[in-house]
Order: sequence, then structure tokens, then C-alpha cells
Amino acid sequence: MAQKIYSRPKSLMPMPSGFCPGCLHPLATKLIADAIDELGQNNNAVHVLPVGCSALNLMYWRGDMLGAAHGRAPAAATGFKRSAPDRLVFAYQGDGDLAAIGLAEIMSAANRGENFTVFFANNSTYGMTGGQMAPTTLIGQKTSTTKYGRDAETTGFPMRMCEIISTLDAPYYVARFALNAPKGVNQAKKGIKKALQYQLEGKGFTFVELLTNCPTTWGMTPLQSLDYMETNTIPYFIPGVYKDKGEKA
Amino acid sequence: MAKVLMKGTVAIAEAAVRAGCRFFAGYPITPQNEIPEYLSWRLPEVGGAFVQGESEVASINMVYGAAANGTRAMTSSSSPGISLMTEGLSYLSGTKLPALVVNISRGGPGLGTIQPAQTDYLQATKAMGHGGFRVMVFAPSTLQEAVDLTYECFDYAERDRNPVLLLMDGSLGAIMEQVEFPPMKELTDEGTRKWNLAKHEGETRMPRMLTPVYPEVILENENKQRALLTKQWEENDVRVEEFMMEDAEYVVVAYGISARVSKEAILNLREQGHKVGLIRPITLFPFPKKTFQNLNYDQVKAFIDIELAIPAQMRDDIEVAVRGRAPVYEYGRSGGMLFDDESVYDAIHKIVTGGAE
Ligand SMILES: Cc1ncc(C[n+]2csc(CCOP(=O)(O)OP(=O)(O)O)c2C)c(N)n1
Ligand code: SF4
Ligand SMILES: [Mg+2]
Repeated sequence: MAQKIYSRPKSLMPMPSGFCPGCLHPLATKLIADAIDELGQNNNAVHVLPVGCSALNLMYWRGDMLGAAHGRAPAAATGFKRSAPDRLVFAYQGDGDLAAIGLAEIMSAANRGENFTVFFANNSTYGMTGGQMAPTTLIGQKTSTTKYGRDAETTGFPMRMCEIISTLDAPYYVARFALNAPKGVNQAKKGIKKALQYQLEGKGFTFVELLTNCPTTWGMTPLQSLDYMETNTIPYFIPGVYKDKGEKA
Repeated sequence: MAKVLMKGTVAIAEAAVRAGCRFFAGYPITPQNEIPEYLSWRLPEVGGAFVQGESEVASINMVYGAAANGTRAMTSSSSPGISLMTEGLSYLSGTKLPALVVNISRGGPGLGTIQPAQTDYLQATKAMGHGGFRVMVFAPSTLQEAVDLTYECFDYAERDRNPVLLLMDGSLGAIMEQVEFPPMKELTDEGTRKWNLAKHEGETRMPRMLTPVYPEVILENENKQRALLTKQWEENDVRVEEFMMEDAEYVVVAYGISARVSKEAILNLREQGHKVGLIRPITLFPFPKKTFQNLNYDQVKAFIDIELAIPAQMRDDIEVAVRGRAPVYEYGRSGGMLFDDESVYDAIHKIVTGGAE
């Protein structure tokens, strides 16, 4: 008898994706959906949407959703989770959303040790608004507001959010994974599940950064964008587990 | 329940708890700090949650999150902080979430002063944020009224699925008066069960989405519904006090602390035989237009708008309601400067005796 070894997670609707071809947002979303399935949390999860391309998930996600203002997903998640401590609450934010306009909200939620999970899709640009420079844009990376490539002289350096957040005492789990190759995808899947598991155990703030792409505004084919990540993104944003309080002796 | 002596800000905080408020987020700013301070210990006592937000921006969005769960939620601030909340207020209205926002207002613009002022009227009544939504605005003039209105604001917010604003200047927030508190409301999800994201006891429901994003056709319809709602407020929810209006030839229009001071002045003017009365809007929005329409314009000679604002901000609303049937004068102080009943007396007296230009 045929055995089903791969299927659509319950938290995703059966419909075609409206994300650009080759975009890694849908993959990141699917990994989260898989983890929620495996944890049996489909009816308990609350997905806090950001403003950015990944807000498109409101079309595809099956489960409770709350649309937050640009950068404020950690604040909205704080209000919700404090009012409903039994729910599995997670926010999914882009790098403009989280590391620029929402920097105060993410740092403060992390510092309070709020018991929810933030998934941070870092594609080193503002995808939704047409590919402007983000705080995470790499030095030399061309964007629509850095025509000749990002210049550290006038725009500073890319912000490493995992490193910054792991300097705080409260966060329980902080990790970064790259989604451009199967190895990173498999690690990400485990990390995502672990973060959510910690939340269910009431451990506090968990943060998973997922390195993604934006072939459309990077002006690349999907495959080129994955190579670009390998040679440019990953050496600067080094994948790894930056903090895991559950692992120490 | 017996009367207790309480400060304005604290009275509002306790009234909110009794109204069923179980979530507060806010950021320190004078002159409203007693509200978060009180709720920081009071809410946990009744099983609620208090969060000191990292900013007013964060705080209003925390309220947004709590409201999505159907939890009665509020924030409070003062003028500059309220400005920071305007995007969040627009999101609350856009997503159709109820909440109470309290503005204990101070003098502006800018950082201005921590002293009392009524210079946020236009912001409150015309546009608490982008996108053309309106909110009901309540303006108490005694602490008992502040308590009673706070108690009711949550019901209005839930009924309309829209934020409600309680606007009170810093002087009312700072005074102490005897108040009687209403009883603790029983917590129920009746008002929010149809749409909230909460888990429902003994019932599985379909997944729900609360967001302020809509396709154009639906958004236009939503806005038509909002227009209708505003009409209904004007029909059913206007609150106004008329004081010595029966034979009034000169009508003072004032709200909040200004109405209180004006009453004193009017009593003194009456003693001198001047027929002066007061219209005190309690709902600043919806504005009590009908009260002005129902006046006898053979009797009324002039209106005097008295506010802690220069230029007067309510004047446009008065002019629209009066429709040129009598002149409208104004007197006010601003920048945190206050008037007393004598200076208000003088200002009215000048107009009554034909001394105003
Ligand atoms: C207050 C506010 N400012 C600006 C915007 C416009 N805006 C929408 S999405 C976005 C950036 C999104 O970039 P990112 O968070 O990196 O998400 P991505 O689209 O790259 O996934 C901006 C600036 C907005 N919606 N609200
Ligand atoms: S613009 Fe970029 S981030 Fe947005 S969907 Fe397209 S590829 Fe993905
Ligand atoms: Mg981005």
C-alpha cells in the first residue's frame, strides 16, 4: 500500500502561492506550519502578521491570525499572549519590519522575556516596497536607495539581530538558519520546532532568524539568489544557535 | 457603596477595573502617571495584566493585541503620547477592535508644558489618526462623571467595535473629589464572542483573522458602515448638559474644566441680572448640534466659546451648529495657563454689555 510521506501541512490552505517565483517566504512559512502540525497546535496557534511581503500569508494560513502594524508585531503579540497565556503565539517579521521601524518593540519584548516566538525572515531588503536598503542590507549590496551599493561610510553596517538579542538575559532560545540549501532547511525545521516547544513549556522568549532571499528586487534568478546567499549573506550572518538555555547542563 | 475621596487619575483607573478592564499598557508621561501606577498593582489583583510599554507606540499596539482576544483593554497618556498612538488608533478602528484611550491633556504644541490645557480637541474630534475614522469622545467635568463615563466607555467601544476616547485636561486629573464607584462588572465575552480570537469554552470555531487590510470594494463598504455609525451616534448617543438655558440670551459653550469655571462665573453674572446660560457638551464627538438647532434665536443674542485653547478649537463646531444665526465669541487661555471664574466673568461681562469688538 502507498504510504504518504510528504503532504501539505494542516495550517496551510490548498491554493497556489502569490509570492514571487523562487521567494523563500513560502518555504519559511511551510516549515513553521509543519512544526505546528507536529506539535498538534493547529487549533491553538495564533499567527501575528507583520507589514511586508509575508503578510501575504493571510491568504494561505489556516488558523487564527492578527494583522499588526508595521514593526509592532511583538507589541501586538505581547498584548495577546498576556491576555491568553495558553495560546501558542508567534510573530513572523521581515527585516525592515523588525530591525528598522520595529527595533524598539522586538528588543523590549525580548528583554521582557515575553513567552512567544518571533520568526525573523531576513532577506536584506524591503521586498514589499520595491527593494530599498534595510538595516540588514550587506555592504556593497545594490538596492533602490543604494544605487552604487551600500556604503558603510554613510549608512553604517548590517545589523546582526541574533547577536544583539542574545546579549540580553531574558531570551531563552536564539538561533539563525539559512534557507538557501537543504542542510539549513533541515536545521531550521528543528530549530523552529524547538522554539515553539519551549514556548509551550512557558520558557519565555524564543527567536529564530531565517535567512531568505528576494530574487525580484535583488534582480536575480531564484538560483542566482541562492548562490548570492551562500557567498555573501551567510559569511556575514553566520548561522548557528546563539542561545539555548535548555541545552546548558 | 460609600463615597471615597480620590484623585481624578486614580478614580478613572479604578472605574476601568470595575468596568471589566483586564489589560493596560502605557508609557510614563505627566500628568497621568497615577493611572499606570495604580493599575500596575491593581490589575494583577483582579487577574488582569499590566505592561509598561517601551513607548506609546508599543503600548497602543499591545492594547490592540489584547483587544483581539476580546479582553477589555485600555491605555492612557497625555498629549504628545497620544500623538504617537494615532497610527495604532487607526489600526484599532480599521480592524474593528474596541479599546479605551484616556488623554489627560496638557499644553502644546510640541513638548509644550505639563500644565493643563484643552488643545487636543481638534485631534480628538476630527482625526485621531489617518484614514477618516472617527471615535466617540467623552469629556467629563467632575470626577463622578469621569468615573461613570469610564465605566460606560468600554460598553460603547464593544458595541461599536471601535476605540473610544476619554478626554480630560490635567487639572481634572489632578484634583481630588468624592466619588462613588459602580459595582464590579461581571466578565463576559458576550460582546466580543462573535469576532474575537479567544478560545471558546466547549466550542470549536473556524479560524479567524483580524486585520485592517481589505480589498478596495470591501473597504469602501466598511467606510460606509463607519459613516452610518457616526450618524447613529448623532441620533442616539449625544450627551449634553444645559445650565440656566431657559431664558438665556448669552450662551456660554464650554466643556470639562472650562465648563466648571464658567458655571461659577454664570452664577455671579445672574446675580447681576444678566441672562447667561451654558451648553456643556459631554460628548465632544458626536457634538450636540441639535441643542443649538433647538434654541430660540429671537432670544439668544450671542455665544461665547470658553476653552483652555488659543485659538478656540470647538468654535468651528459651534459655528456649524449655529449657522450664522448669532455671533460667536471666544475667550481662552493656552500653553498651560489657566483662567479663574473672575477672568471668565469679565470676558462674558464684556460681551453681555456690548464691550466686545
Ligand atoms: C508606518 C509604515 N511605514 C511604512 C510602510 C511601508 N512598508 C510596507 S512593507 C515595508 C517594508 C517591508 O520590508 P521587510 O519588513 O523587510 O519585509 P519583506 O517585504 O522584505 O519581506 C514598508 C516600509 C508601512 N506599511 N507602514
Ligand atoms: S518581492 Fe521579494 S520578498 Fe516579496 S514576494 Fe517577491 S521575492 Fe519574496
Ligand atoms: Mg525584508
